Amino acid sequence: MTIASLIATPSELTDSASSKTAIVLMTRVRLARNLAGSAFPGWAKPAQREATLETCRAAVAATSPMKRSLNISIGELSELEKQILVERHLISRELIGAKSGAGVVISKDQAFSVMVNEEDHLRIQVLRSGFQLKKAWNAINELDSALEDHLDYAFSPTLGYLTACPTNLGTGMRASAMMHLPALVISNQMEKIVRAVNQLGMVVRGLFGEGSDASGSIFQISNQTTLGESEEEIIKRLHSVLQSIIEHELNAREKLLEADAGKLFDKIGRAYGILQNSHVLSSGEAMNLLSLLRLGIDLSIFPDASRCVIDRLLIEAQPGHLQHAQKGEFEPGQRDLLRAERLRAEFANFVRPDFTFSNSTGKN
Amino acid sequence: MANPLKCDLCAKPATVHLTQIVNNKVHKVDLCETCAQAKGVTDPSGFSLADLLLKASLNPEQPTTGVRCEQCGFTQNDFKKHGRFGCPSCYETFKGIVEPMLDNMHKGTTHTGKVPQRALERKSLYDRLTKLELDLTEAIKSERYEDAARARDEISQVKQSVSSPPKSAR
Ligand SMILES: [Zn+2]
Ligand SMILES: [Zn+2]
Repeated sequence: MTIASLIATPSELTDSASSKTAIVLMTRVRLARNLAGSAFPGWAKPAQREATLETCRAAVAATSPMKRSLNISIGELSELEKQILVERHLISRELIGAKSGAGVVISKDQAFSVMVNEEDHLRIQVLRSGFQLKKAWNAINELDSALEDHLDYAFSPTLGYLTACPTNLGTGMRASAMMHLPALVISNQMEKIVRAVNQLGMVVRGLFGEGSDASGSIFQISNQTTLGESEEEIIKRLHSVLQSIIEHELNAREKLLEADAGKLFDKIGRAYGILQNSHVLSSGEAMNLLSLLRLGIDLSIFPDASRCVIDRLLIEAQPGHLQHAQKGEFEPGQRDLLRAERLRAEFANFVRPDFTFSNSTGKN
Repeated sequence: MANPLKCDLCAKPATVHLTQIVNNKVHKVDLCETCAQAKGVTDPSGFSLADLLLKASLNPEQPTTGVRCEQCGFTQNDFKKHGRFGCPSCYETFKGIVEPMLDNMHKGTTHTGKVPQRALERKSLYDRLTKLELDLTEAIKSERYEDAARARDEISQVKQSVSSPPKSAR
């Protein structure tokens, strides 16, 4: 598969029409692995990095989920292609910044990606739309075992999988969920949630503790520790933390509706109006407006089926995707014009809001 | 408290304050605006408090030993600089500094998760093979022909299990 055909295909994340993805947009599990007897990428000589890249790319490409995959070294990607892959969560910013001899293998359906010579020799990840931690773990566990047939992993019986950074020792696993939490943001509860989640040994990434929120109320919650617990235990613990965050978000929605439904509907209605009519939209503002419409879908103001449109736009409104769609290089200011134009076109025929039936909070 | 908090990474006044409690221990990280930006605290995709905690715990004033990893040449000073190790063997070499750190950083200090069973079996077979080949050479040299024959038999047995694909070895 080529990078061009991969980019032309929507990602796993944007294929999520069902209401199961209402609050948890996406689940991701990542494993850090290294080859026994080789220096970690950050310390390895260029020749060693090249050798590792070759060994790992061949081993990864031989596994069954990676049939007809994109198998490419970072040097072969343009700046724009790199940015698009980052926006789709298929590679990390660190990989882009890596020295020579870095690469990635991405499955045809963009569910699996394996980065080679990022911080560790291998960063194996799986993406699943919606709340599917257990399934994601099973899928990545299987791919990892298949790789084990071809690669000798650096492993210690006491410390587990050996990683460049001691914060990843043990399971080497980072499981995360991308959550849409607009009501917790609107009612200023995110800071409290972040603190509570931290105390449970989980991390929240995203903008928090500040007045403005440019991330569309989307947060990533993941496990902080990797050693001393099995993968299943970590997944189970994370699952229950996520479950309780979902409950808090639903309660916050209920409270907002009880306290002043008119105010909330006004926000959603205005977001709809701006998306249909604005001429200058920054990426941050676009994210926040799309987030409000997404909340509107959960509240039955818009039909469930339009959720996948919003989720696609959350990615396509990002600078790299926008630039690719318009075929050219643009200044940030120009991009804001293009973004508004693009969204006006998308929302010209978007179903009108219906505020009469919105008595549910997205609970069913 | 007249002194404003200083950034943990440089020495500028800190404006971003993060607190985390892991295993009932309070960890605080204070950062200036620049470092917070640079470390991606405001970037939803790439911020790890664990990394910051790690860096903040690498006190540059602490004396270092001259130990060097035999496998990759890494030193304790290199670790202070990068916050990452050089190779898997470094964990053995720098056991003394890793162990106290883990207690602070993780839920436990011993791995209880997945084990790369097939890779380990493969490795132990290879190790066994190396040892048997050594035994064989020794036996021939000292003219212990019965021992040599036994070693040769075992070698062919081990070789057979190594060459059969790992999937069928289950
Ligand atoms: Zn600083
Ligand atoms: Zn080393």
